[in-house]
Amino acid sequence: MYSFYGTWPWYVSGFLIGAVMLALIYFGKNFGMSSNLRTMCTALGAGKTADFFKFDWKTQRWNLTVVLGAMLGGFIATHYLSDGSGVNLNPQTLVELRQMNIDEPNGKLLPDALVSPEALQSPKILLILLLGGILVGFGTRYAGGCTSGHAISGLSNLQLPSLIAVIGFFIGGLIMSWLLLPLILN
Amino acid sequence: MKFLKYLLVGLVFGIVLTKSEAVSWYRIYEMFHFQSFHMFGIIMTAVVVGVVGIQLFKRNNVKDITGQPIVIPNKDKGFTNYMTGGILFGLGWGLIGTCPGPIFILIGAGFYGIGVVLLGALVGTYLYGLLRNKLPH
Repeated sequence: MYSFYGTWPWYVSGFLIGAVMLALIYFGKNFGMSSNLRTMCTALGAGKTADFFKFDWKTQRWNLTVVLGAMLGGFIATHYLSDGSGVNLNPQTLVELRQMNIDEPNGKLLPDALVSPEALQSPKILLILLLGGILVGFGTRYAGGCTSGHAISGLSNLQLPSLIAVIGFFIGGLIMSWLLLPLILN
Repeated sequence: MKFLKYLLVGLVFGIVLTKSEAVSWYRIYEMFHFQSFHMFGIIMTAVVVGVVGIQLFKRNNVKDITGQPIVIPNKDKGFTNYMTGGILFGLGWGLIGTCPGPIFILIGAGFYGIGVVLLGALVGTYLYGLLRNKLPH
């Protein structure tokens, strides 16, 4: 059924993500990935033009170290812990993807239609990636957190604002995935 | 050495998100179309583990690694910023399938096109910083 080199089961993955959050709390920190984007803006000098970025970014070096570890983890997992058997989707999903001219995964994490060298020559694809990034960056800061800060940390601490944010995540995601994405990709 | 533990936590996070395929655009599409339980199972399990763990920390007055009491700050009260920001983030998540953690993880995994997403995310964060005082919160 499950193999170490294939897709990890949801209960193992969810347990470990919960453990990561608890480890950071035990270290006296909080689990939140999107705040690193703010830290990076500050390190790049954004504090000169907006007060929001006026803080000592070096106090966030611990979180940048988590990011570095996560990047290393992504490298190790794709290069040494994968046998190419992953990303087995619902057959209905595959039918829908075909209608939008998105290639089947066949073990790949991301569609070639979005990230292959050929796709990255297309101004339309570059615009999609950039616009998606802007929405993610702006939205997470406006909401004060992303999937890690609100959906995992906030809900785990029974925070009502996090529930509101997570409901927002799904409203936005459903609108995009059901209504806008087919229009954008066709 | 004090940074080693953060590096290791990040390493586990990056491996788990990659091997669970939570970093995959395909899995996010499948989730938003309710065609698989996988992503919902991951999030729900993480939250259950988190709720139980935090309650154990609180009830046993567990100290953190430096000996300080564990205090998890409450989120500020509000609605508009959480809902509007949440919807905007959701639109981006549904489009490119990457929340902030996976942006970094995927770049580490060698998907350099996601660098464009990171650039966008930095621009978006900066725009929020510029407009913050004019936005309803």
